Amino acid sequence: MYERLVNTWSTLQHEPATWLAVTLLAYAAGMWGYRKSGYKAIFTPLMSAIIIVVCILLATRTDYQTYFEGGRYINFLLGPATVALAVPLYEQRRRLAKLAIPLFCGLVAGGSIAIISAVLIAGALGASTETMVSLAPKSVTVPIAVSISEHLGGIAPLTAALVVITGVVGALLCKPIFALMREKSDATRGFSVGLAAHGLGTSAAFQINRDTGAFSGLAMGLNGLFTAFAAPLILPLLLKVFE
Amino acid sequence: MVITIALLLGFQLLGITVVTLLGLPVPGAVMGMVFFLFALMIFDGLLKKALPVVNVLLAHFALLFVPAGVGIMQHGERLAAEWLPISVSIVISSVLAMAVTILVTRGVMRLMHIED
Repeated sequence: MYERLVNTWSTLQHEPATWLAVTLLAYAAGMWGYRKSGYKAIFTPLMSAIIIVVCILLATRTDYQTYFEGGRYINFLLGPATVALAVPLYEQRRRLAKLAIPLFCGLVAGGSIAIISAVLIAGALGASTETMVSLAPKSVTVPIAVSISEHLGGIAPLTAALVVITGVVGALLCKPIFALMREKSDATRGFSVGLAAHGLGTSAAFQINRDTGAFSGLAMGLNGLFTAFAAPLILPLLLKVFE
Repeated sequence: MVITIALLLGFQLLGITVVTLLGLPVPGAVMGMVFFLFALMIFDGLLKKALPVVNVLLAHFALLFVPAGVGIMQHGERLAAEWLPISVSIVISSVLAMAVTILVTRGVMRLMHIED
């Protein structure tokens, strides 16, 4: 009987449906907690869901590769969802045309600061060169950040993790920053959080409202492009400081 | 609905094709978003057709990041060894990036006498 139980668990553990269901239930639990907390940023469903799933994986001694056999089905939807970001942008096309020049200036300034400050602060506090390089594209969406990091000699999987942490931090901090800076414009709000915290920031922006989400999605795409071209130019200069 | 899903995947594939052909350092899906935006501007009925599927995808945008986020568990050692520079750098740099973006955008809007 015991042996049969063990075999059954082993089958379930290697069944993608298990981890797909765990991911969905963990997210549902995260949503429930977020609602119960009165929508406090620290209870953002993404972070709760990640913590719940990691705890379950550790408790059941399941490795990430096994988990991802199920997780990949959700991960796959990131592609079409990114394409779908065109819709809220399209709905904002008139506002976008009006604000094009200020937003472009914000992009160049904010995108540069995101790279420069991340590398310099980490370096000043004694981070290794690989970590500094892996941090440089931390503000842009995972697929772009990983290709930039590889190109510059960083550690791609570490960059992916740092990007996710940055996204959670940006999603948590955006509302206090808007309040502190008395920023009322949905366009500027969305653009700043999408620039600093990519898709996770964008999910937080959509929780504020659809207009803020639209500009956040735009900033995510534009800063991905900007960083892909700017990081290879800026990074060598920054690393020289610590030689 | 079926056609909209095929359409979104089609734009993603178009993006991947263009990015690969031209050797651009951008993911195909981001390029696909740009093409989809142009298509929405050109074809009038497209928005209405796409909305039901698009709304479902965007409503649960955060869920889609869970599997990638769980990947953090693979980097426990380095994160433990360098947690101080990493966390200080990420927090301060994120605040600076948002603050500078807001200040510059707001400043240029004022200079140009534009209001949102």
